[in-house]
Amino acid sequence: MANPNVVLHVADVHKRFGGLHALSDIDLQIEEGKTHAIIGPNGAGKSTLLNVIIGKLAPSSGQVVFDGNVLTGKKPYQINQLGIARVFQTPEIFADLSVLHNVMIPALAKRDGMFTLNMMRSLESETGIRAEAEHMLEDVGMLNRRGMLAGSLSRGDKRRMELAMCLIQHPRLLLLDEPTAGMSRHDTNTTIELLKKIKARGMTKVIIEHDMHVVFSLADKISVLAQGRIIADGTPDQVRGNPKVQEAYLGGAH
Amino acid sequence: MPKFMSRNDLLLFAGFSLVVLAMPIWLAPFGAGYPDLLQRFMIFGIFAVGFNILFGLTGYLSFGHAAFFGVGSYAAVWSFKLLTLDAIPAMIFAVVISGLFALVIGFLCLRRSGIYFSILTLAFAQMSYNLAYSVLTPITNGETGLQLTLNDPRVLDAAVGQGFVGQPVPNLLGQQLSGYAGFYFCASFLILGFFIAQRIAGSPFGMMLKAIKSNQTRMQFTGFNTRPYALSAFVISGMYAGLAGALLAVTDPLAGAERMQWTASGEVVLMTILGGVGTLVGPVIGAWIIKYFENILSALNDNILARFWSFLPEGVADVLVKVTSKFVGDGWHLTLGLAFVIVVIFLPGGIMEGVRRVAALFRRSGSSGAKTAPQTQPAE
Ligand SMILES: Nc1ncnc2c1ncn2[C@@H]1O[C@H](COP(=O)(O)OP(=O)(O)O)[C@@H](O)[C@H]1O
Ligand SMILES: [Mg+2]
Repeated sequence: MANPNVVLHVADVHKRFGGLHALSDIDLQIEEGKTHAIIGPNGAGKSTLLNVIIGKLAPSSGQVVFDGNVLTGKKPYQINQLGIARVFQTPEIFADLSVLHNVMIPALAKRDGMFTLNMMRSLESETGIRAEAEHMLEDVGMLNRRGMLAGSLSRGDKRRMELAMCLIQHPRLLLLDEPTAGMSRHDTNTTIELLKKIKARGMTKVIIEHDMHVVFSLADKISVLAQGRIIADGTPDQVRGNPKVQEAYLGGAH
Repeated sequence: MPKFMSRNDLLLFAGFSLVVLAMPIWLAPFGAGYPDLLQRFMIFGIFAVGFNILFGLTGYLSFGHAAFFGVGSYAAVWSFKLLTLDAIPAMIFAVVISGLFALVIGFLCLRRSGIYFSILTLAFAQMSYNLAYSVLTPITNGETGLQLTLNDPRVLDAAVGQGFVGQPVPNLLGQQLSGYAGFYFCASFLILGFFIAQRIAGSPFGMMLKAIKSNQTRMQFTGFNTRPYALSAFVISGMYAGLAGALLAVTDPLAGAERMQWTASGEVVLMTILGGVGTLVGPVIGAWIIKYFENILSALNDNILARFWSFLPEGVADVLVKVTSKFVGDGWHLTLGLAFVIVVIFLPGGIMEGVRRVAALFRRSGSSGAKTAPQTQPAE
């Protein structure tokens, strides 16, 4: 790696589903502390790219390197324990548990590791973790919902809670798959503020987003994906001015 | 100071213990206050409490837990034969052996989840049953079942000069475990088992099990290796089953292969669902109800039914005797099946859901006029 600031390197990744080339020739370098947006039309392969990074899918060829560790071939929990957390496009939450417990669980994963046989300890005595979770919920504006069943939340609230579940782990790299989809304008703005706040703390982020308002107010760099290929790469201004992008995405979709 | 148990948990535990210990008194009017049946209530209560840790908390439906129950029985009887007639070593031996057995079977079965997991457990349990029935006859004494004999070596007993006994029966430090002594012996283990299950459910570990049931994918992306969690739950529930099997051998020192058959595995599933999957007391209540009705209904016969219906005109009574006789005696499983279907359709959360609904009804009528706030707190 030429650039010492690169924390995540997606190196020459291909992903095929049968005959479909969902990802071709993807080479992506994400710098420490930066917010990197990935945009592109529906079906471009954005979610597939995140799935390859976090080990949900194995690439057909190529590899992903995070901070000197080859992620390819590792289990999702190992990848998470290295400091990568993800918000999914359709929220992955513990629907049968309370909001507070949903947020406490990732904090316990961070503190206790991938497996701990602590069955004689009482959850009630986890006051530190509980306080941390409540603080996190306050950050995302959901403290008043802590006792609710997560499954009964609105779609927007589920996403905010999922974000809290990721943030409480203080990951080094946070992957966000359309974090504001399904949110009201007001909630979207709150989320942007929250993401800006995290950025100030130096967390590296990869964000997939349709909302250009969100993208341009957060991203340091943007990669444009279309039909599984990166067709443009650069700062928001460079990408905005790129005619190929106008044609493939910005013009067509909106 | 870290809180050991919340007040509610403590109350539940105290209430449960009280109900269990007082069973000889409050069950007497129902014709169930005799030791033999009470012992069975305790034994199958333990079986169900343990099963619920795997099925209720973790969401893995095993159709083969009778295998661990059977292994517990065999292990206990072997301890009586080889070591001593004292019950405690037999229980320890049984729990350890069934735990090891569960470790192996669980390791293999947990490579799959959902229906495939269930089928795998069923297959392993049927294999165990067949092994016990025919192949492993030297260990299990096959069809006849493993029993105690006068010639058993009992090396520990022999070492302390108690080699000779008249009729060999298990005991606890010399105290015989028949009748009410046997009941209280079993009851203490049910209470202990309930306490441990309560601690597990209220621990971070227990929350992880519930989270696995809720969304295993999220658990993995949250940094948890879910396999050892599920395996621990499997082994713990296998040990409970082994403990229950050992207690059955303590109260009746004869171990037969039929204890491992799939019907026995299915029964503990029914107990858990009937009482309330995932609740602490539900499975115990389910076990009690099934064992109670098994006892009552299977004892009925045509003569008793004829007497029962005798107030009706002869023709009508005959028909009713014919019909009802299908539901009692050996046919009591038909009644069980019907009851099960009704509960699952109308009370998917089992009897505990019924209890909650009734309690909610009372609360509402108690505070009529007051705003009925929707219940947002998840039920523990
Ligand atoms: N698991 C899968 N199996 C088969 N095809 C898939 C799978 N996941 C995604 N695809 C296909 O890959 C393409 C890219 O999908 P996706 O990455 O979800 O797009 P985006 O997130 O950019 O909208 C789509 O054509 C989609 O149908
Ligand atoms: Mg997508």
